[in-house]
Amino acid sequence: MIARVIVTPKPVVNDPQGLTVKQGLTSLGFREVSDVRIGKYIEVNLDTSSEHEARERVEAMCRQLLANHVIEDFRFDIEPEHKRR
Amino acid sequence: MKFGVVVFPGTWSDRDCGWVIDQVLGQELTYLWHKDADLKGCDCIILPGGFAYGDYLRTGAIARFAPVMEKVGEFADRGGLVWGICNGFQVLCEAGLLPGALIRNASLEFRCEWTNLAVERTDLAFTSQCEEREVLRVPIAHGEGSYFADPATLSRLEQRGQVVFRYCDSNGRVVPNANPNGSLHNIAGIVNARGNVLGMMPHPERCSETELGGTDGLKLFRSVAESAMKVLVS
Repeated sequence: MIARVIVTPKPVVNDPQGLTVKQGLTSLGFREVSDVRIGKYIEVNLDTSSEHEARERVEAMCRQLLANHVIEDFRFDIEPEHKRR
Repeated sequence: MKFGVVVFPGTWSDRDCGWVIDQVLGQELTYLWHKDADLKGCDCIILPGGFAYGDYLRTGAIARFAPVMEKVGEFADRGGLVWGICNGFQVLCEAGLLPGALIRNASLEFRCEWTNLAVERTDLAFTSQCEEREVLRVPIAHGEGSYFADPATLSRLEQRGQVVFRYCDSNGRVVPNANPNGSLHNIAGIVNARGNVLGMMPHPERCSETELGGTDGLKLFRSVAESAMKVLVS
């Protein structure tokens, strides 16, 4: 199984990187950009064939290490490894 | 007083702290390797500045799994003095020994400069040698020192008087201009409710000798050393 984890700063957390990139996009003419938030993308390969089990394990990984609940939210998808892009 | 300075791979302020303890103050010093599962009888544990384990994932995120950190947690639970400076503060937050988190400076810059700190607690082992509302001049050197906590945590910290240092101007006024990193409420350092775990972003070990441009940092090291004397006497 492969888990694709996305970690983002919570909406209430100031994200200076996102603000700076938003300014950059605006100055390039992408004036429709109303907000940019920058987070992390993490791929985790798991030796398990059970999607249910993988989901539970990745959830625990996110809570214990991959995201800091004080400042970050997380979400993830799980797919069989042969579908890897 | 026996100080223990923890060394993780990537720590860089350990020798600076050690120098102040050993050479300037003449106190007992031992370095604790991250793999040590024994605090060697130390009375105060310092988690110094640097980039422990490369600060991979998040600052302090990996360091908290070091064997030594389990012992530091137990030591803190027993009321032992734990002092996190810069990266050490980040590690203490990740380890859950202090509330909140340190995020990227609002300026996105690594800030290396002198700051003024308003001292809001002088009843702690770490600050007993400071005057009430004293302004300390202490340098910072960090890219991720912007203190964040959710509103409930922040108000609890304020109500319980857990904010120890706040960035201020040279007159002690806590103003937005004096805030180098975007920390909420200009917070530069906090203590746990019990008063034995302190985290601060500024570097007192870098201003403990006149040759380095200031000695205000020495007051904190001296406070800790004196606190042990008080315990021995009482």
